[in-house]
Amino acid sequence: MEEAADIALIVNGEAVSRRVEARRHLVDFLRLDLGLTGSRLGCEHGVCGACTVRVDGAIVRGCLMLAVQADGADVWTIEGLSDTGELADLQDAFVARNALQCGYCTPGMLLTAAEMLKAGRRMTRQEIREFLSGNFCRCTGYHAIVDAIEAVMQERFRD
Amino acid sequence: MKAPRFSYVRPESLDSVQELLAEHEDEARILAGGQSLMPTLNMRLSEPGLLIDINRIDALKGISLEDGTVRIGALARHAEVLASPLVAGYLPLIADAMPHVAHVAVRNRGTFGGSIALADPAAELPACAVALDASFVLASRRGRRTVPARSFFHGLYETELAEDELLVEARIPVLAPGYRSSFLEFARRHGDFALAGVCCHARVEGGVLSDVSLACFGGEDRPRLAAAASAAAEGRAWSEEVKDAVKTALGRELDPAGSFHASAETRVHLAQVLAGRAVDRMVAAD
Repeated sequence: MEEAADIALIVNGEAVSRRVEARRHLVDFLRLDLGLTGSRLGCEHGVCGACTVRVDGAIVRGCLMLAVQADGADVWTIEGLSDTGELADLQDAFVARNALQCGYCTPGMLLTAAEMLKAGRRMTRQEIREFLSGNFCRCTGYHAIVDAIEAVMQERFRD
Repeated sequence: MKAPRFSYVRPESLDSVQELLAEHEDEARILAGGQSLMPTLNMRLSEPGLLIDINRIDALKGISLEDGTVRIGALARHAEVLASPLVAGYLPLIADAMPHVAHVAVRNRGTFGGSIALADPAAELPACAVALDASFVLASRRGRRTVPARSFFHGLYETELAEDELLVEARIPVLAPGYRSSFLEFARRHGDFALAGVCCHARVEGGVLSDVSLACFGGEDRPRLAAAASAAAEGRAWSEEVKDAVKTALGRELDPAGSFHASAETRVHLAQVLAGRAVDRMVAAD
């Protein structure tokens, strides 16, 4: 029972090991210890979704998970997913449709959109909005974000 | 804000959790999905000395069917419950409620047991458990006991759980032949906590309701089994007149607190409208 622990995990495909304070949450670990500042902190209590990262294949709130809990996990952030090209069409569509202004929510939006695409089918605009309901954007009003995701679904999932 | 300092331990067995709880009691908090605990830590609303992380204890996982009862392990994630064919087939009330439980990223981590043990009065699952007459298995070094959901919730975030006890699983009776259920809630944003919600479970035969359990949540300090409103529908053929009687009874027995988001009157009104629609749906499906 200690206030710090040694952890070993995979971040964006690379093995990482560090000693972390128990109280440090995953996004502070990514940003402050690993320098991966693409994942953002907005509210830091699970409401805004700016901290969304992928852990063991599913998106989570990075501010609501401790770094020590990610011991042994496979973590992906916007940096890694940009490098692999998995998000390339989504990123292009966000730019083409003006689906971002300040960009603060965008990494979280993209990770959530990527999770949506895993269903492998087109969704209605209502379904897209419900799926996105845990991610706040204070600039765009969401319409352009829904447009971008819908466009990618139409492209990826042709009948 | 950042969480205060605390110690952290990740036991591998239920026995070690029980030992730790017995030793540390109210100094320790159980960390399951963390979707409610972590915000309170980040906002420094609670400062436990020790977090006991139960995420790697297999005995608390899984969903299974045993003798007419669905067992939901305390660590079953909301996403897992949402995708479970057992829940879809045998517990349609819970299946209907799950899409309203938080947002995708939260459902991927949050747990069934965490929602029950926290007992947020605006949460969906405690109210479903009350409507369905579920029971919860609690364990400590002193032994195990089974507590009905209807006597588990004591007040605002207060439950029957003693300081040295852990919620192990929920046991929920499967939907019996002839029975129907219906879940409705009103929230300001999809996935947020509801301003008002209703869970209804009853036998429906030729439009006549019996064995009615109507549970309401949001606004009061715990989910309420609305006894008078349930009785107003008991044994009667569903009609506008019966619906009005249910609404009137509900208006008398609900006593919600108003808040910034909705006044007490609004919450009662929402519960009345939702209750009427919930039963409409059950009867229409008959």
